[in-house]
Amino acid sequence: MKPMTRRPGALFLAGAFSAVLALNSLSAGAESPEEKGLRIALEAEARDKGYGNYTADQTMILRNKRGQESERNLRISVLENEADGDKSLIVFNRPRDVKGTAMLTHSHKFEDDDQWLFLPALKRVKRISSSNKAGSFMGSEFAFEDMTSQEIEKYTYRWLRDEPCGEMTCWVSERMPLDKNSGYTRQVSWVDQDEYRIWKVEYYDRKKSHLKTLTVPSHQQYLGKHWRADEMQMVNHLTGKSTRLIWQNYSFAADLDDSDFTKVSLKRAR
Amino acid sequence: MPRGRAILLGGLFLLLASPAGAETVFQEVTGRLTVEGRYFSQSSIQSGQREQSLSVVAEPEAYLENEAGEGLVLKPFIRYDSADARRTHWDIREAYGLFFGEFEDSEWELRAGIDKVFWGVAESRHLVDVINQTDLVENPDQEEKLGQPMVHLTWLNDYGTFEAFALPYFRERTFQSRAGRLRPELHVDGDQTAYESAAEQHHLDVAARYSKSIGALDFGLAWFEGTNRNPVFSLGFDGQGSPVLVSFYEQMRQLSLDAQVTTGAWLLKFESFWRDGERDAAGLESDYLALVGGFEYTLYGVLGGDADLGMLMEFLYDGRDERATVVTEEDVFTALRLAFNDEASTDILFGVIQDLDKSTRTFFLEANRRLSDNITLGIEGTGFLNVDAQDGQFSLRKDSFVQLDLTYHY
Repeated sequence: MKPMTRRPGALFLAGAFSAVLALNSLSAGAESPEEKGLRIALEAEARDKGYGNYTADQTMILRNKRGQESERNLRISVLENEADGDKSLIVFNRPRDVKGTAMLTHSHKFEDDDQWLFLPALKRVKRISSSNKAGSFMGSEFAFEDMTSQEIEKYTYRWLRDEPCGEMTCWVSERMPLDKNSGYTRQVSWVDQDEYRIWKVEYYDRKKSHLKTLTVPSHQQYLGKHWRADEMQMVNHLTGKSTRLIWQNYSFAADLDDSDFTKVSLKRAR
Repeated sequence: MPRGRAILLGGLFLLLASPAGAETVFQEVTGRLTVEGRYFSQSSIQSGQREQSLSVVAEPEAYLENEAGEGLVLKPFIRYDSADARRTHWDIREAYGLFFGEFEDSEWELRAGIDKVFWGVAESRHLVDVINQTDLVENPDQEEKLGQPMVHLTWLNDYGTFEAFALPYFRERTFQSRAGRLRPELHVDGDQTAYESAAEQHHLDVAARYSKSIGALDFGLAWFEGTNRNPVFSLGFDGQGSPVLVSFYEQMRQLSLDAQVTTGAWLLKFESFWRDGERDAAGLESDYLALVGGFEYTLYGVLGGDADLGMLMEFLYDGRDERATVVTEEDVFTALRLAFNDEASTDILFGVIQDLDKSTRTFFLEANRRLSDNITLGIEGTGFLNVDAQDGQFSLRKDSFVQLDLTYHY
């Protein structure tokens, strides 16, 4: 049994990571598709280890069936925490009516995440339920479970096939959430064999129909190691709605520690 | 009152003159402008009261931050109301300096100036929330608060969060003018306000709080000693010899507990205090216990889509029973919250507070929707039904209203 490790959520990484570790295990002989799927996920995670912390700006452009667009703007800070789960802080900037609202998440490997919301009008910190995995994040096509840290041990994995993707070759694998609150039965992902970056994910809902597709047009490498998406596009095939998520101003090795992810610091988040 | 304002302004100038402003690395001005119309469906009990009112509110906020992350906040508030001269008022909601740092294994934070502090977990009544005075003319739900001058020190480490408050100046509760709706039978004469303490508004109130999160449990244990934010009323006469209510602010001590357990889609909530030094409705001073307890349960993905339906229920109790000075002495609150989770963040909250001994029933409705990146629309309504003649809100029996507000956020 491999040591239990975790990986940050698709949105936290959306890509992967330079060849730091030797890939001897990929040549293993009698490996089942399940073992291979898990090994790819573990390797992708191992390659992103040690990122420490970062901040970034996110712009979401929501587009409805009629082509009308609305914008969301927020700032995210993430602190790596290998012992249990990452900590993250999201501060909303647009739309203006939610400006100053902030969400603090302490994710956990096995239990539900702890989540608090700061409401600036009342100056109230409210502990909220994190079991709403499938719900829409800010009215976008991204669900809460797409936005928060995703632990390796909360899924089962299966490698399906190898497939060319652009000039590279991708592993096509699926993972099945163990959490009954998840809105998905499975997610099929395309991960390149060079750098373990995610290029595409297909999401299948509880009725097993193809609900959404995520595509990542480009990635950038930070600190010579950590790959992050520049942009993500999520298309909902049932509703015809889509969301573009643009990442900007990544700042790794920011001056962040546990004290920036408490209920007290949540109240002064801007 | 002018003296109070002068002190507020003095504090403000001190803040603005503070040297932190010199090395500002970040500044922003945000805020809101609201136009609000209220309509009362029944004609008034008192002469001179109107069936509708129009209000305009401005609440800008300026924020300055230096390199160390220390901040200065200034947030004034002003309302003009067409029907109620006392609802036309202004306030400094916030004007404080924010400093923080680390000391060995602990973190500390200091806020000095005018600020707002919220304690508690319940939705129907903010029972243990005692630092700020209620700006009652704003809304009968008592959620709007006046800015409170304070020094607020927080100490945080593995053992939990320790907070200490020094509150050097007391703010009187706001009350409606004679022409205003949602007011007591008799006019509250602000010129005759009296205090138990000889220091009056300058009594130094103090408070302390310990809070911690342990897994699914968040709780806070707090102590307050000082001027009671709730006045008791006595009968008096104004200059013309008309009967009026005179506010009297007592000294009190309060020990409180608030706790929430968050598990799956359930939020279990509890707030309680023990209070001493407050006279009851019969004029007797006795210590007593009050509590609010209940739950919120949410069904996700209802209506075949992204909507969430929350079901809320809370029980409210005041140990003084029929001698209670609050209207929720033994009541049950039930509500439904429907959040559509759409691009417009549409949500609706509908609820009722039912008195368990009397017929009194209060309905309320709140709905909000975003119209554009900067503009939101809100609808609010309160219905007072079958108000019992013995009930504290008997004077509100004809004051059911609906309110429409349009807000521009910048």
